[in-house]
Amino acid sequence: MENFTPVSAFSGGLLIGLAATLLLLCNGRIAGISGIMGGLINATRAELFWRIAFLAGIVLGAFLFNQLRPDFNQPRENFPIWLLACGGFLVGFGTRMGNGCTSGHAVCGIARFSVRSMAATITFMVSGFLTVYLIRHVLQWVAT
Amino acid sequence: MKLIVIALISGILFGVGLTLSQMTNPNKVINFLDLAGNWDPSLIFVMLGALSVTLVSFSKILKHQRPLFDNEFYLSSKTAIDKPLLIGAAIFGIGWGISGYCPGPSVAGLGLGHIEAVVMVFSIYMGFIVHRFVSKG
Repeated sequence: MENFTPVSAFSGGLLIGLAATLLLLCNGRIAGISGIMGGLINATRAELFWRIAFLAGIVLGAFLFNQLRPDFNQPRENFPIWLLACGGFLVGFGTRMGNGCTSGHAVCGIARFSVRSMAATITFMVSGFLTVYLIRHVLQWVAT
Repeated sequence: MKLIVIALISGILFGVGLTLSQMTNPNKVINFLDLAGNWDPSLIFVMLGALSVTLVSFSKILKHQRPLFDNEFYLSSKTAIDKPLLIGAAIFGIGWGISGYCPGPSVAGLGLGHIEAVVMVFSIYMGFIVHRFVSKG
C-alpha cells in the first residue's frame, strides 16, 4: 500500500462533492458524467450548452491544477491501445445501459439514498474487481 | 447564461478534484480494483470525501421546491433494480477494470494532454452510439 494517498484522495473527493452540490443546488442537475456526455448526442440547444460548459470545465480544471502541481499527473505508458479502446467501448455501452457511472450512481445516487444506485455501485465494483483479477493474475496480460 | 456559468464552475471543481485525487492516473484506479495485488484503497477515500458533502447537501437541497436558477429538479424517477441496470453496471465494471478509466477521468485526462484520454472519450462515444442502435432495435 505504498501508493496509498488518503489525504489528497479525500480532499479531491470533497471538491467532487462540492461540484455535485453546486450543480444540484443551482441548476437542479445530477453531476453524472456519463449522462452529461451521453446527452450531447441528442440534446436540444438549451440542453446542449450547459453540458458542454460542464465538460469543458472538467478539462479546464484538470489543466489548471496540472499547471500548479504537475507531480499529481502520472501518465501511463505502453498500455495497448486496442485494449484501452475495448475498455472504453464497454464503459460507454455499460453506462448507457445501466444509466450511470461512478459519479451518477456512486456519488449522487447514493446521496439520494437510491437503492437502485447502490445496487449499480456494488455491481460495477465487483465486476471491476473480477476483471482486474482475471487480467492481472489469471491471464497476466498487463504487468503489475 | 447563469446555468452555463454554474455548470462551468462545477466542472472546474470536478476536474480539479479528479486530478488532485489522482483518479486521472489509471494505474491508481486499477491498483484499487486489484484486491489480490498491491492494493491502493485511495478510491474509497475519494468516494467518502464526495459522499461526506453530498449526503448532507442533497437532502437539504431536495427539501426545496426547485433549484435556484431553474424551475425543477431533473432527477431519475427509476427505482427498479432491473436487468438493464445490473447488466449495464457489470459491463461498465469490465470496461473500467480493463482500462482503469471511468467517464470523469477520461474527460479530465484531456486537460492533462493524455493520448489515452482521447482514445477513451472516442471509444466511450462509440459505446453510446452502439447502445443507442441496439436499444432501438
